[in-house]
Amino acid sequence: MGLKENLHKFRVKNQGKKWFPVFSGFHTFLFTPNETTHSGTHVKGADDLKRTMNTVVMSLIPCLIFGMFNTGYQHYLALGEIQAAADGFFSAAFWTWDNFILGFWKMIPLVVVSYVVGLTVEFIFCVIKGHEIEEGYLVTGMLVPLIVPIDLPLWMLTVAIVFGVVIGKEVFGGTGMNILNPALTIRAFLFFAYPTWMSGDKVWVHGAVDTAGTADAISGETVLGYLAQGKGVDEFSYSLSDMFFGFIPGSVGETSTLLILLGGLFLVFSKIASWRIMLSAVIGSLVMGLIFNSIVAAGWIPEYSKFYGLMSFEYWQHLLVGGLAFGIVFMATDPVTGSQTNRGKWIYGFLIGFLSVMIRVFNPGYPEGVFLAILLMNVFAPTIDHYVVRGNIKRRMKRLKNATIYPKTSGEVEALKTETV
Amino acid sequence: MSKDIRIKKGLNINLIGAAEQTTSKAVLSNVYALNLDDFHGITPKMLVKQGAEVKAGEPLFYNKNKEEMLFVSPVSGELVEIVRGARRRILTLKILADKTQEYVEHKPLDLVKSDAEGIKTFLLQSGGWPFIKQRPYDIIANPDATPKAIFVSGYTTAPLAADADYVLQGKEAELQAAVNVLGKLTPGQIHVSIGKSNNSPLANLDGISLHKVNGPHPAGLVGTQINKIDPINKGEVAWTIAPQDLVILGELFLTGKFNAERTVALVGSVVKAPKYYTTKIGAEISTFLYASGVNEDKFRLINGDVLTGSRTNTEGYLGFYNNTVTAIPEGDDYELFGWNKPVFNKISTTRALTFSWMQPKKKYDLNTNTNGEHRAFVVTGQYEEVFPMDIYPLQLLKACMVKDLDEMEQLGLYEVAPEDFALTEFICISKQPHQQIIREGLDLLHQEIG
Repeated sequence: MGLKENLHKFRVKNQGKKWFPVFSGFHTFLFTPNETTHSGTHVKGADDLKRTMNTVVMSLIPCLIFGMFNTGYQHYLALGEIQAAADGFFSAAFWTWDNFILGFWKMIPLVVVSYVVGLTVEFIFCVIKGHEIEEGYLVTGMLVPLIVPIDLPLWMLTVAIVFGVVIGKEVFGGTGMNILNPALTIRAFLFFAYPTWMSGDKVWVHGAVDTAGTADAISGETVLGYLAQGKGVDEFSYSLSDMFFGFIPGSVGETSTLLILLGGLFLVFSKIASWRIMLSAVIGSLVMGLIFNSIVAAGWIPEYSKFYGLMSFEYWQHLLVGGLAFGIVFMATDPVTGSQTNRGKWIYGFLIGFLSVMIRVFNPGYPEGVFLAILLMNVFAPTIDHYVVRGNIKRRMKRLKNATIYPKTSGEVEALKTETV
Repeated sequence: MSKDIRIKKGLNINLIGAAEQTTSKAVLSNVYALNLDDFHGITPKMLVKQGAEVKAGEPLFYNKNKEEMLFVSPVSGELVEIVRGARRRILTLKILADKTQEYVEHKPLDLVKSDAEGIKTFLLQSGGWPFIKQRPYDIIANPDATPKAIFVSGYTTAPLAADADYVLQGKEAELQAAVNVLGKLTPGQIHVSIGKSNNSPLANLDGISLHKVNGPHPAGLVGTQINKIDPINKGEVAWTIAPQDLVILGELFLTGKFNAERTVALVGSVVKAPKYYTTKIGAEISTFLYASGVNEDKFRLINGDVLTGSRTNTEGYLGFYNNTVTAIPEGDDYELFGWNKPVFNKISTTRALTFSWMQPKKKYDLNTNTNGEHRAFVVTGQYEEVFPMDIYPLQLLKACMVKDLDEMEQLGLYEVAPEDFALTEFICISKQPHQQIIREGLDLLHQEIG
């Protein structure tokens, strides 16, 4: 076929040009390179980083599509134009063309800006450093639109992405070298730079900001928002199934626990993401939830306390609301910023779940803490690994006491002994 | 006495082109060659000049750092060429073989009278010593050291590698002789491992500690077995010998002749009739390659197995330590959307639209394509699934890359050889050169610590 040969000729001709990495980036997307092994193993496994990243992106697609429908649904619901979806996940009131179209046209700019801005930054750095374009941003670029409010101005997103990719990733040396999860760095930047756009009851439903203060004002408080105001579970209109299916306001991709669960199962099955982190994070959040529930049950917290609402929230329902499920499945499992040892992953995941619920309850300004908990644990992951690896080293040191070392030449024995003790 | 070793972590790479268990005699080779790259870390000093006549077993060169250590010619003939590379480094020694072979005759070793020193001297002078390798550092053993144990793996798990049970058949006498002698070199044991089946000629040897191993590759690698039987600590030395080399040593002890004859498996999907050939160390590969025939014009010829072998070509020669020669297709072609389409014809440990997990018994025709480009380490937790040693592979690799000597030591670099990291290299999503990283780490450690 002609395309293959022409691209090959072009590739050979332009090897070493400044812009070559950019061409190579696109070329390798079309064709897996013709590179063969030269040293080491003569055959290689089928997986490469593109495939790995692609698998994660695929598992995010259902959340993205659901987010489009939910954007429209929440908007029209708040306006009072449609009835609430009542008959299960496949409610006719939810999966309508109108909902989709509205959400689609709101979402696509976010996705496009996310990829274009992020990849441009990546390309620039690759050209400067002259190395291949790494695939890390494929996932980050998909995650970012899913964890921001729908009406976020695009220029804010642009600024945040430039900050996140440069400071969060490139200054450390690019994909594989970063300490903090880039997508969460972007979100953290948005949260601290533009807090009014990232919290409150006006940002989660499309149109709420524009109509604020007018007669047509709509609002869309998240479940956590209600709870933080001390309202009980009975006082808002979302049922458990709404929370599980995702018919609630929130960041675009985080609402549907069902689809996140399916995505997570796919990632675990395909062995791309660590089940240890996911499972232990779930356990961690349940434990923290239970602790809060029992504090409430013991009567230590008066009902007028501002923490009462969140603390009395049924422990396992924490997993259904806010970004907890999304964070556990797609953020905590980032292999670069997470713990790298298997035992470390258990500890790392547990603490993420534990701290997420804790910060969520005690955060005075903003009733959510998943991204803060994960960023915090990103920083501690190397420390956790350090102590896990120390365990292995200690075992080796212990063995050393029984070492049978035969003298090389007489006199060397003593030297060896003092050296190894 | 037999102790069982069960290995759970690992991966069998099942390839098309396993050798049929029949042996033919290869056509006699005109030229035999020693490739100096086979002797890692040895600086050769020539003993004979180009054009000199040598007998089989006559020394060609010695180790500059250890002058007693001689390297001998596998055949008798004329040293026709000394191929040199940059800075006159010797690459290959070529010997034009005589019609009738003459051997250097040593006095057969008298086991009762010889002590360790005598045996060492005999081995060093007769050219048998280079078959003994040592850990740490995976180099030819240092004759000044006393090993705590000697390890021999008679269990083959490497992809398509020559089956030890088969190539050792009928060599019981030589094996026993070798074991008797080597037993005098260590105060410890000679640990010999075999597979589940009982038909290994190694099973009934006297004076060994026998281990039955089962599990997927790398269960057959001697490094894995050392780690499970008696791991190497800092300061300790263990020796390893491949079973086919025990045969040569055994004959040397019994007859006093260095007989470089060896049974070699010619394997791989490119080979029309993969089977075994008897030939000699350093023989031209073409002498038996074309006897079996090849399916393609362009292929990769490997001295050794696909994971650890070294690249050669149709004009190449059988390596000093190899008893497997593999020919697989080259994969220098682009593949449309190779990174996202479902994959049925390649091996993978993930299930990311790769389906090798559905057919664990299927045999694959892998080529030399890298299936992706080199990247920084990203994914974690995958090496551990195929790495059975009590070592953190990723952390050790990173310690080697940043040349952190303390970490390398503490994380267990003394226990490993590059071949132990072949499987992690095979599955590496970032396509990092693990074996090279470990080799450079070992060399650095050797150089700094000694």
